[in-house]
Amino acid sequence: MNLVYINSANGLSKAALETVTYAKKLGADVAVVTNGNAAAELLATLGAYGASTVLQDAGVDGQDPSQLVKLVAAAAAKVGASTIIFSHDLIGKAVAPRLSVRLKAGLVAGAVALPEADGSTKVNVFSGKAFGYVKVNSAVRIISLLPNSIQPEQTGGNCSTEAFDSQAGSSAISVKATKKPEGAIPLPEAELVVSAGRGLKGPENWGMVEDLAAALGAATACSRPVADIGWRPHHEHVGQTGVAIRPNLYIAAGISGAIQHLAGVNGSKVIVVINTDAEAPFFKAADYGIVGDAFEVLPRFTEAVKRFRAAQH
Amino acid sequence: MNILVCISKAPDTTSKIAFTNGNTQFDENGVQYIVNPYDEWYALVRALELKEAQGGNVTIITVGTASDDAVIRKALAIGADDAIRIDALATDAYFVAMQIAEYAKGKGFDLILTGKETIDYNGSQVAGMIAEALELPYISIATKLDVAGSTISCEREIVGGMQEVEVQAPAVISCAKGMAEQRIPNMRGIMAARTKPLNVVAPAALEALTTFSTYSMPAAKSSVKLIDPNNLDELVALLHNEAKVI
Ligand SMILES: Cc1cc2nc3c(=O)[nH]c(=O)nc-3n(C[C@H](O)[C@H](O)[C@H](O)COP(=O)(O)OP(=O)(O)OC[C@H]3O[C@@H](n4cnc5c(N)ncnc54)[C@H](O)[C@@H]3O)c2cc1C
Ligand SMILES: Nc1ncnc2c1ncn2[C@@H]1O[C@H](COP(=O)(O)O)[C@@H](O)[C@H]1O
Repeated sequence: MNLVYINSANGLSKAALETVTYAKKLGADVAVVTNGNAAAELLATLGAYGASTVLQDAGVDGQDPSQLVKLVAAAAAKVGASTIIFSHDLIGKAVAPRLSVRLKAGLVAGAVALPEADGSTKVNVFSGKAFGYVKVNSAVRIISLLPNSIQPEQTGGNCSTEAFDSQAGSSAISVKATKKPEGAIPLPEAELVVSAGRGLKGPENWGMVEDLAAALGAATACSRPVADIGWRPHHEHVGQTGVAIRPNLYIAAGISGAIQHLAGVNGSKVIVVINTDAEAPFFKAADYGIVGDAFEVLPRFTEAVKRFRAAQH
Repeated sequence: MNILVCISKAPDTTSKIAFTNGNTQFDENGVQYIVNPYDEWYALVRALELKEAQGGNVTIITVGTASDDAVIRKALAIGADDAIRIDALATDAYFVAMQIAEYAKGKGFDLILTGKETIDYNGSQVAGMIAEALELPYISIATKLDVAGSTISCEREIVGGMQEVEVQAPAVISCAKGMAEQRIPNMRGIMAARTKPLNVVAPAALEALTTFSTYSMPAAKSSVKLIDPNNLDELVALLHNEAKVI
């Protein structure tokens, strides 16, 4: 049996559907364990992605990784899990390593593909500059899947949901305040990203970036100096010291393409670079390039996207 | 307050990444090692600030071989009081974490700090593993850290936002940007680091749970397709028909 932990607190995220699809593609039956009080009808829709049963512990709020570890360990014992899957998001990064020690089960952290024929699993190493193939030496293995590595797939199927009391105990971490910008697409999950750098000259010019992002339905990002000078919030900073992302499309305007910036975005499927300098290093990593002034190109790009979207409807 | 800071070496960010021995080993030829940036800039510097304000001791710990001593001395030059090196090759995150947990057990550290991740293997694993092995609370990817008595307050990243949380010491915390500013070691620090204690400890008998069987390089990007800046409709059409991303 393959067991998947998902966070269902804010509905079923794309990352959750990816992990269930991944578990199904591994071959065995799929059980899902989750905390919180999402509606049973919602959880039952996971059947379409390959889950046969969902265990739900409404008593665990999910703020303390040590509670979630107990929840997943109890579910693993109940279903006899041989592979346990997490998303390699902020929750997976906190919980999967703890579970690895508790179960003495090897962890593949940040898988980007299904296991190879020899049982090893591909991960990013050296900030995305290379891949490594990890072999697990224990009977039970844990895999955390990097978001956006596979697409959710509906194969049909029904699934039962069951209340589950994991006896996970109380949380040692008390939450004082939560700050979540409303409506924004979380950067690590975004499929389309529009990003800009120092070439934009000042925060007052970001309207052009936001307009293109809005036309595409994309999230916005920035280079590190832009966040450091305070033009944009820090959670938008991508790169080696910021967030690492791998969207389907990454559009970079006025960013030189320094190696530390590329480290956070070189897993993107398609990269578009807009830069006045034809020699900017970013063009070497780009699929499509426009040598031109972002102040002219971005508004035209937005108009072109709007024309395209209008023609689609 | 006694703080243990886990320090890893990492290849300088501009290092050429290549593999040898039939792609089974990282090619260290010409590679410059630095202190993993998250460990140095955030975990270590914040530990020093807390010690300067409240007293105590900052110990750094590394699982590694004698070739890591240069990187350890650099962390001592920034201001750590003493260093432990567990004398073993860091084979996997589980091995590293269990060695550190084994050392830290019963020594009364109030805080164990790590970086958010190493920039070579990027696993973000070691801190959570130490926390489980020592049965301590774990706050991951903290961007702020304050201590008042035995109460530890942090700001941590959550999916789509930030959260302020509190926990009682002792605890394990992984540290990210925002927590502190980089410190450049001065001459006095560099001189003092030469004589600070660096204790080499024999490893506990433990097995790794994972191994890297091989490595590969990403396929070379085909050269960039240049688009006329006056013809953005062409770019949009290519993104739709050729790249299939919109
Ligand atoms: C250890 C370390 C870690 C780092 N981590 C990160 C990281 O995580 N993320 C990150 O981004 N950086 C990081 N950096 C910084 C990185 O090295 C670069 O300095 C940074 O990425 C440059 O940002 P930029 O491209 O916005 O600015 P610049 O390098 O100043 O480039 C601006 C670009 O805009 C172009 N331009 C100017 N005007 C226009 C215009 N009108 N239209 C179009 N293009 C224009 C210019 O030709 C130039 O290419 C790190 C550095 C170090 C040493
Ligand atoms: N060999 C090591 N010795 C000591 N600490 C380490 C070692 N490897 C990793 N760490 C610590 O664990 C953190 C996370 O590493 P990782 O799990 O490899 O991403 C690093 O930022 C370090 O603080």
